[in-house]
Amino acid sequence: MLSLYRKIFTTGVLTEDVPRPPLEPEVEAVGVQLKAAIDRRFAGSLAIRQVDAGSCNGCELEIHALNNVYYDIERFGVHFVASPRHADVLLVTGPVSRHMEAALRRTYEAAADPKWVIAAGDCAACGGEFGVSYASCGAVSNVIPVHAVIPGCPPAPAELLRGILGLF
Amino acid sequence: MHLAAVLQEQGIVVRPLQPSPLAPAELLEIDAFDWGRAAELAQPVGWRWVAAWAEDEGERLSVSACLEKHGGYTVLRTRVDSGHPALPSQAAYYVAADRPERHMQDLFGIRFSGHPDGRRWTRHQAWGEGSFPLRKAYPLAGTPPEQTPPDSGYPFLKAQGHGVYEIPVGPVHAGIIEPGHFRFQAVGEMVLNLEERLGYVHKGIEKLAEGRTPEALARLAGRVSGDTAVGHAFAACQAMERAAGIEAPARAAFIRGILAERERVANHLWDLGAICNDVGFAFANYQFGRLRELWLRDNLALFGHRLLMDRVVPGGAAVDVDGEGIKRMRASIAFLRRELDELLPILDANSSLEDRLLGAGVLSAEDAAALGALGFVGRASGQRFDVRHDAPYAPYDRFPVKVPLEEQGDVASRFWVRYKEIRVALRLLERLLEELPAGALTVPWQAPPAGAEGLGMVEGWRGEILCFVRFGADGAIGRYYPRDPSTVNWPALEKLIHGNIVPDFPVCNKSVNGSYSGQDL
Repeated sequence: MLSLYRKIFTTGVLTEDVPRPPLEPEVEAVGVQLKAAIDRRFAGSLAIRQVDAGSCNGCELEIHALNNVYYDIERFGVHFVASPRHADVLLVTGPVSRHMEAALRRTYEAAADPKWVIAAGDCAACGGEFGVSYASCGAVSNVIPVHAVIPGCPPAPAELLRGILGLF
Repeated sequence: MHLAAVLQEQGIVVRPLQPSPLAPAELLEIDAFDWGRAAELAQPVGWRWVAAWAEDEGERLSVSACLEKHGGYTVLRTRVDSGHPALPSQAAYYVAADRPERHMQDLFGIRFSGHPDGRRWTRHQAWGEGSFPLRKAYPLAGTPPEQTPPDSGYPFLKAQGHGVYEIPVGPVHAGIIEPGHFRFQAVGEMVLNLEERLGYVHKGIEKLAEGRTPEALARLAGRVSGDTAVGHAFAACQAMERAAGIEAPARAAFIRGILAERERVANHLWDLGAICNDVGFAFANYQFGRLRELWLRDNLALFGHRLLMDRVVPGGAAVDVDGEGIKRMRASIAFLRRELDELLPILDANSSLEDRLLGAGVLSAEDAAALGALGFVGRASGQRFDVRHDAPYAPYDRFPVKVPLEEQGDVASRFWVRYKEIRVALRLLERLLEELPAGALTVPWQAPPAGAEGLGMVEGWRGEILCFVRFGADGAIGRYYPRDPSTVNWPALEKLIHGNIVPDFPVCNKSVNGSYSGQDL
C-alpha cells in the first residue's frame, strides 16, 4: 500500500503542468475560456452524453482521453453522463449507420430541452470515409439537428476541447 | 498432413489450384455438396476455422472458407447457383462459422442448410428480406426508406422459470463505448445466459470498398476498427501486394512492424487501466491512462498521427524514422519499462484487485479451443497461436517472437497476458530499431490483372486479422473482406459470462474488448 501512495505522490498532479503537445498549444487557455462559458450558461456544469452512432471507435478513444490526467476535462466543469436524461449536450460520433438511426433519434428525444448536439469527427461532420449508402445515413445533421461540428479523423483531445467551446 | 489429403482419403473430390493464387495459403476447390463434410473431417484433426466470405460471380456465387493448422493456411472454395444459393453449413462443426455464415446469408442470400442457428444476424431493418447488398446488382446507395425503423421481432432466446428475469442493454450503453445490444437472463445476480445482438454499426464497408483504388482501400481498412488502424491497413496492404506480386521494401516492413507494436502497446495500456477502473481501482486507470497519453503524443511527434491512421500504404509505408526519432523512441521505451516495473508490484500486491479479477469470467482451455479464440483471449486460456510466431511475415520473419501464455482463462489471466505482451512488444520495438535496414520506403504500385486475389494475415493487437482482396478491372478493388479477431472472440464473451454476476459483466466485457465496428463491417 505504501508503494501505491509513493507512486501517487511521485507522479504528482499532472494537470497543473499540462505538457504542450506540439500541435495543440492552447489546452489550458481554451479550457479556461470553456469554463467561463459554462459558468455563464450552465451554472458551472455541463453534462455530455456521448453517442456512437456508427463510428469506427477512433473518436471514442480520443473522447476518453479527455478524461485522462493531462486533459482532465472535469476541471472545466464538463462531465460525461450515462443517460440522455441527464445531458445538456449530445456528443455524437460516426456516420449515422442506418441501424443506429432510430436509436439516435430516440436518444435525442430523450434529452431534455434545451439541448445541444455536437457532431464530433469527420464522419459525424460530413460522412467521412463512409458517406451515404444503403447502410449509412452519413452526417449526423442528416438525422438530428446539429449545433456545432468538430472536424478531424479523429479530432485530438485538444481539438475536442476547443470544439465544445465552439458551441457557445 | 495436408487438408487435401485428409479430404481425399474420405472420398471428397479436391481440385487444388496450382500455383495457389492465394499463396502462401493453399486453395482447394471442392463440390458444394461436400462443403459441410469437409468441415466435419477437418475439425477432429486439428484444423482451426478462420473465416469465410462469398463473391458474386454473376450466374454463380463463390464461397471460400479459410482453415489453419500449425501456421499453414488452406482456403476451401466452392460455387453455388446465384438463383437458389444453398450450401451445407460448417457451423455445425465450428462455432466460429456461425455468425460469418449468417452474415453471408444476410448480405448474399446464401442459405446454409443444417445451420444450428438460422436467424438473421447483420440484417436489421436497413434493407429488406430478399434483397442482398453484397450482390453486384444491388446499388451502393440501396433503396433506403425515409427513416430506418428500429430493429424488431428478433427472436431472442428465452429463459423461463421461477425468478428468472431479463435485462436488455443497449444499443446506447451508459459509457463512452460502441453500440450493441446485450440480452441477459438472470436469477438474482447470477447470469443464466447472455445473448449478443450486434450489427448496429454496420456501415457497408465491404460494399464501399468495391471500385476503390488500392490507396483508398488502405484508408478504409484503417477505419474498419479505429483502434486497429495499423493492423487492418497492414493486412489489407499485405493482401493487395500479394495479389499484385510485389513486396514492400525491407525498411517499410520494419516501419510497419514498429507501427504495429506501438499500436499494440497503446491499446494494452488503455485496457489494463480500464479493467482496473471497472472494479473501482482508479489509481491504475489514471496511471495507465497517463502512460498511454504520452505514448500517443510520441506517435504524433514521430509519425504525425496519434492513432497511426494512414501510415501503412500499398507498397510500403508513408512515414520514416530518422536518427533523432530513433533516439526519442528508445528513450520512451526505456521510460515506459521503468514505469511498468514500478506499477507491477503495486498491482500484484493489491488484494482487492486480485479479489475481483481472479476467477472472474473464466473461459476454459477447451472452450477457447472449440471457439478458436484469438489473441490475448485465446492466449489467456492456453491457446498459443500468434501469426507473428506461427506464420511469420515481414518483419517478424527475422526475429523469434515470444508468445506469453496463461492457463487459467479468467479476467486476471487476460490482464497479465496483455501486461506481458507489452513487455514483449517493447523488446521487439528495440530490435526493430536496432536492425532497421536502410533503403526505400515504398515500391511503385503495379496494378494486377483483373481477377487477381490475395490473402493477408497479420497479428493485430487483438489477434489474427485475415483479409481477402480481389482486384476487378482497371486495378480497382473488386472485393474486400476483413475478418477482425473480434468476430471470433465475441462468442467467447457469451460463454465466459455464464455463472458470473451481472455487476461483473463490465469488467468481463472489458477484458475481452471486442470491436463492434470490426465485427459489424
